[in-house]
Amino acid sequence: MAQIKVDGQLVEVPDYYTLMQAAEAAGAEIPRFCYHERLSVAGNCRMCLVEVKGGPPKPQASCAMSVKDLRPGPNGEPPEMFTNTPMVKKAREGVMEFLLVNHPLDCPICDQGGECDLQDQAMAYGVDKSRFFENKRAVEDKYIGPLVKTSMNRCIHCTRCVRFTTEVAGISEMGLLGRGEDAEITTYLEKALSSEMQGNVIDLCPVGALTSKPYAFNARPWELNKTESIDVMDAVGSAIRVDSRGREVMRIMPRVNEAINEEWISDKTRFIWDGLKNQRLDRPYVRKGGKLQAATWDEALAAVASRIKKAGNKVGAIAGDLAAVEEMYALKGLLASVGSGMTDVRPAMSGIDPSMPRSAYLFNPTIAGIEDADAILIIGANPRREAAIINARIRKTWRAKNVPVAVIGERADLTYNYDYLGEGFESLADLAAGNGSFAEILSKAERPLIIVGEAAVSHAALGKQVGRDVIALAAKLANGANVADGWNGFAMLHNAASRVGGLDIGFVPHDGGVCSADQIALAGKGELDVLFLLGADEYDMTAMGKAFVVYIGSHGDNGAHRADVILPAATYTEKSGTYVNTEGRVQQTARAVFPPGDAKEDWAIIRALSGAIGQPLPYNSLGQLRSALYAEFPHLARVDEVEPGDSAALSTYASAAVMTRSAPFGSAVADFYLSNPIARASAVMGECAALAAGLRQAAE
Amino acid sequence: MRATQVINTLLMKEFVSAFFLAMRYFFAPKPTVNYPFEKGAVSPRFRGEHALRRYPNGEERCIACKLCEAICPAQAITIEAGPRQNDGTRRTVRYDIDMVKCIYCGFCQEACPVDAIVEGPNFEFATETREELYFSKEKLLSNGDRWEREIAANLAADAPYR
Repeated sequence: MAQIKVDGQLVEVPDYYTLMQAAEAAGAEIPRFCYHERLSVAGNCRMCLVEVKGGPPKPQASCAMSVKDLRPGPNGEPPEMFTNTPMVKKAREGVMEFLLVNHPLDCPICDQGGECDLQDQAMAYGVDKSRFFENKRAVEDKYIGPLVKTSMNRCIHCTRCVRFTTEVAGISEMGLLGRGEDAEITTYLEKALSSEMQGNVIDLCPVGALTSKPYAFNARPWELNKTESIDVMDAVGSAIRVDSRGREVMRIMPRVNEAINEEWISDKTRFIWDGLKNQRLDRPYVRKGGKLQAATWDEALAAVASRIKKAGNKVGAIAGDLAAVEEMYALKGLLASVGSGMTDVRPAMSGIDPSMPRSAYLFNPTIAGIEDADAILIIGANPRREAAIINARIRKTWRAKNVPVAVIGERADLTYNYDYLGEGFESLADLAAGNGSFAEILSKAERPLIIVGEAAVSHAALGKQVGRDVIALAAKLANGANVADGWNGFAMLHNAASRVGGLDIGFVPHDGGVCSADQIALAGKGELDVLFLLGADEYDMTAMGKAFVVYIGSHGDNGAHRADVILPAATYTEKSGTYVNTEGRVQQTARAVFPPGDAKEDWAIIRALSGAIGQPLPYNSLGQLRSALYAEFPHLARVDEVEPGDSAALSTYASAAVMTRSAPFGSAVADFYLSNPIARASAVMGECAALAAGLRQAAE
Repeated sequence: MRATQVINTLLMKEFVSAFFLAMRYFFAPKPTVNYPFEKGAVSPRFRGEHALRRYPNGEERCIACKLCEAICPAQAITIEAGPRQNDGTRRTVRYDIDMVKCIYCGFCQEACPVDAIVEGPNFEFATETREELYFSKEKLLSNGDRWEREIAANLAADAPYR
């Protein structure tokens, strides 16, 4: 700890603190452009100049000088810094004047207008006139992909985007070329950025040089309603803010949540919003004579109710990737009232067994806990595609501590170096048997992190036992000899927001029910009469035979095409739904806009249907549903908290039945940009997917 | 007191003075104008019917910055913006003013950074139906085309005082 006087106020801060952090600790505000707490220090905007006593007698960049760089006074007085002296004021005005010399001041046509750091700080710290009468510099705009729009005249060369892409996103595709007036931010090759987190440079850019291309010119920040919500594009549950105007979602922004996404979100999270408007199911449809025809709610519900009454307990339900806990709970209740336990939220032939403890399907170390890991093994997952935010955390840990990382499964560019151990089960069994150098690293590790992807536990062709054996081997690896107390390194990486919530409330086969793949097989054989698809689009729709398929969902995707009755539902921005992320953290979305047309919230549809079949579910409002849900599953009431899994229970699973078989692990997400119905309805995501496919082809 | 009253009555003093007053006004210049055939003078700062102006080359001035929408105290202005099809510049897709809501405060023209939205000298835009007072972008641009000469002259006349 070191003492420093900030504007006469004595504070005690760690000696590695920068002057800027010390000033913040003392409550003094320092303007800045290039400094960002999650990026390295560049010190090139000079906006954070302060006056110091005990250092050089000139203005000092407070972001780049640390407290220990200052000398104490002759009698041992603590060093001093000032943020409000005339020297500081003059320095700030001078820096601001220089920054504005080449800034076009086109705020009226700039999308950053109203939320621009340069605008705000020019008002607060600048002078009201310029002494520059020469021509301003002109820089050509760069093409850096379909997501980020550039307007390079506005750039003030803070290099936040360069530092973000190289440090956090892990792509060395942006840089600063030239010096002085010729300095330019560029991608060297005028090609699209290949990062799945590139949208974050829009937030980082303190001026309007990098703005959102899909959102270009659409709205101003002051006319947007801001709703704090969470993302459901993957199982990470990033904190987001949904900005809406009227009945439309205009954009999605990240919120800070240190436990999950820090302040980054993936491009799918950020740019999905145009998919919320396209391909929407806005009224019920009933299939008549082989064709889906628009119907009223009464007709549609009556059509479903009459089939359910005839079907008896031959009713199944599969929940898709975006289903919230509430509607799964209601649907489970509906099926229970007709005596069926055929519910499933897992992908086909998942090794996750309903009898397994909660710790067998959670990301037990938590996302923030990745940073404590001292060895990381990734089994059958491509975290860059399945959970870009978790991949960024792994990269952060790898950069900070150089932890050894190994991969079994798909050999992909994960933005960090890793040992490639093999592509499938044999390699995992080999590692678990203690062979190879990485086995030694794992056995010595105190905090090993074993990430198990969905592709490793779900083998549609090979059956469930493969997945169970993978879980067993991973649990064995996570329970090495030197593991620290209280550390559970078994981390299941799901790739759908509904998964953990559904598993938590038991939306899995029970009371004689069968799993999703078997339900579809039974339907194909004609032994299952009614099949509910709760937003489920990722299953084989051609194999359902003559079963009466009821699709409850928001988008006209695979499930809706096969459906006999479509009941239009709400997306995650249109309802308050509970989701449990892959760590087991309970979170809730908030309603930003209303569902379009006649669409209703999913739980309300299921409640209405239960009335139509004459067995009404015992709740009439979301509040009543939640109190019933919380009574049965108390941990779901603890929003934003992680209910830890029982790690002792996991260790009992640590033995595999079969040790040798050939089962390659791929990745469960083939195309990052098109992994769910909302993304497939989005034109922006389509463009990104086409571009990414082109890039991949070009690379091969 | 009584005597003066009697004399005034007999001499019809009030009648005569009123007659002369009437005659004076009869021959005085008339302050009223024969509207609509004659019209009074209008100040260059008069805030009448709105118009969207164009540059001399025909390009519309409005850049969809939405400052007029933001400042409008009556919330009479509705703007939707987007990149224009042909060149991708920032333009309005929709620019509506509800002239029934408008209170003619002139804040919109003060807020405008490019002198696009102005309140022109025209005050004769009464309509028979309410709907006709919901001005669209086309209507406002045609107003601008019609009144450009007067608007430009008024702006030039007022410029030294700004």
